[in-house]
Amino acid sequence: MSYNSIVLVKQVPDTRAVTGEVMTAEGTMNRAALPAIFNPEDLNALEMALQVRDQHGGTVTVLSMGPLQAAEVLRESLYRGADRVILLSDRKFAGADTQATSYSLAKAIQKIGAFDMVFCGRQAIDGDTAQVGPQTAEKLGVPQITYAESIVSLADGEVVVQRAFDLGTELVKCKLPCLLTVTGSANQPRPPSARKRIEYKLAAIPTEYPKLLEKHTEFGSAEALDQYLAEHHLKIEQWTTANLDVDESQLGLAGSPTQVYKVNYVVLESTESKDIAPTPEGIRALIEELIKEYIVG
Amino acid sequence: MTNNRNVWVFIEQDEGRINDVSLELLSKAAELAQTLAGQVWAVLCGSEVADLAETAIQHGAARVLLADHPELALYRTLPYTRVIADLIRAHNPYAFLIGATPVGRDLAPRLASAVKCGLTADCTDLQIGDYTSKKESVTYKDLLYQIRPAFGGNVIATIVNPKTRPQMATVREGVMRRREPDAGRKGEVEPVSVSLHPEDLALQVLSREVREPTVHLKDAPVIVAGGAGVDSAEEFQLVRDLANALGGELGASRAAVDAGYISREHQVGQTGTTVRPRLYIAAGISGAIQHRAGMDQSNKIIAINTDPNAPIFQVAHYKIVGDLGEVLPLLIKALREKAK
Repeated sequence: MSYNSIVLVKQVPDTRAVTGEVMTAEGTMNRAALPAIFNPEDLNALEMALQVRDQHGGTVTVLSMGPLQAAEVLRESLYRGADRVILLSDRKFAGADTQATSYSLAKAIQKIGAFDMVFCGRQAIDGDTAQVGPQTAEKLGVPQITYAESIVSLADGEVVVQRAFDLGTELVKCKLPCLLTVTGSANQPRPPSARKRIEYKLAAIPTEYPKLLEKHTEFGSAEALDQYLAEHHLKIEQWTTANLDVDESQLGLAGSPTQVYKVNYVVLESTESKDIAPTPEGIRALIEELIKEYIVG
Repeated sequence: MTNNRNVWVFIEQDEGRINDVSLELLSKAAELAQTLAGQVWAVLCGSEVADLAETAIQHGAARVLLADHPELALYRTLPYTRVIADLIRAHNPYAFLIGATPVGRDLAPRLASAVKCGLTADCTDLQIGDYTSKKESVTYKDLLYQIRPAFGGNVIATIVNPKTRPQMATVREGVMRRREPDAGRKGEVEPVSVSLHPEDLALQVLSREVREPTVHLKDAPVIVAGGAGVDSAEEFQLVRDLANALGGELGASRAAVDAGYISREHQVGQTGTTVRPRLYIAAGISGAIQHRAGMDQSNKIIAINTDPNAPIFQVAHYKIVGDLGEVLPLLIKALREKAK
């Protein structure tokens, strides 16, 4: 029995890289200083799907919604072993909250066709909401297994999954199809092979073709390039709203029930503070003061 | 559709014990409901949990919707969603607060998707206020301001749901203050019928193991926390040693957890534990809002960082610009000398 999986991935700014340098003197953030990366737990989701395919056969399709630059995470998905990758990109998706995002993703999944499992990371590091997975599952009308740590067994149309939380574990059995959100501790994503990384450098979305044709004049035309990429498993499919059967009022900002009323860059009012010298004398004086004020002791 | 201003709270219970966060949310809901001139309603699901309704009333619920059914004994997404979504459709509450626990983070988005309402995760504050949509030139009165750090915690966003009801939000444990229960409070308990569909039972729980927490950050008087500035596991040992020397609990920023120095249970911040100790020492923590949101109410804060511009220094009472490898041993030594 083989299984068809769909993996939802997201390109995110590496919010873990926020350091003093990324913060400006006014206390705001220089976003451009943050690298765009593959959302870490989405890599765990992809790995879990690849392991299912390796053990049972089937296919792994990776889907990402985002701006054109997000093609990069799909290129990476290809060289990590995905069979098919699709970028869902359209200005109409812009400003989507998790509700509108899950609506668009569910529509794209329905367009991909029958699946046994949808995998996504537990949460994305830019929003930390952990909402898109469950919201997509509801729209697909399938059960969800959040905090998935490992697949214990997969047979007879049922999956047994170990879930893991800070303070415990749970073993559940669920009918397929279903959606799983995968924890960062679930597995060690396989390192992409260097050879494949070079091979897949050519992988592209159609929007990138003109640039590629300038560099690789040997293809001659976009059609020839497209055919070459498709034949060599280098094609990143590009879908817009035109490819989906969607109600446009449910997309993007207009389809988002939540609205951002205001965003405050937190300009910290400095607490009255004392500078302590990093010397034996300075530290000793600090400890003495803390003891005197009953903070320590 | 009734035009009510009621604030609902999901009462999370496990084997007959109510999670602290639900009681904290009842306290917050009471405050919000007063501003709105509405009522606090509690949603209690489980099997043989009727006696918990009284606790919810003592903590502020005017009415408890009690869904008692054997299939609700252990939390499962689909049966709970079925029951609660039906209740939302029947009563159309104004706002709905849910603890951002593993259960709440599984349930809330599923529910929001089912009843098509807006949801904001991990709020650090909730207020009532007006919102004027510039696009529509309409002012919405008395919305729930859902306030949370965003973008990795580098900004504070205020989110509103102008049109959809309920205005749904999750809140982490420890963020809202719990009021003392009032044994004299009266409220109503309304048993509700539970009708599940066969497909709601697609998932079975085979076994569960729940550990007692080994880390007690929430109530610790002294916390020493390590962050990205800790260069190695050996250096993290110095953070541990300082915590031991102070008799304090060990904390960490997300970076230290991600680096594998320490388990997630120790994480302080918006997605970790919110703490208010007497003394908080931030060792090599740059101080993204993410982290600060969970510790800036500490009585005294000592920050140690090599970067003099690290944002953590702005909330610190004592600043030490220096290398952890040098400063931490000095602190440990000074404490040991004083202890003699």
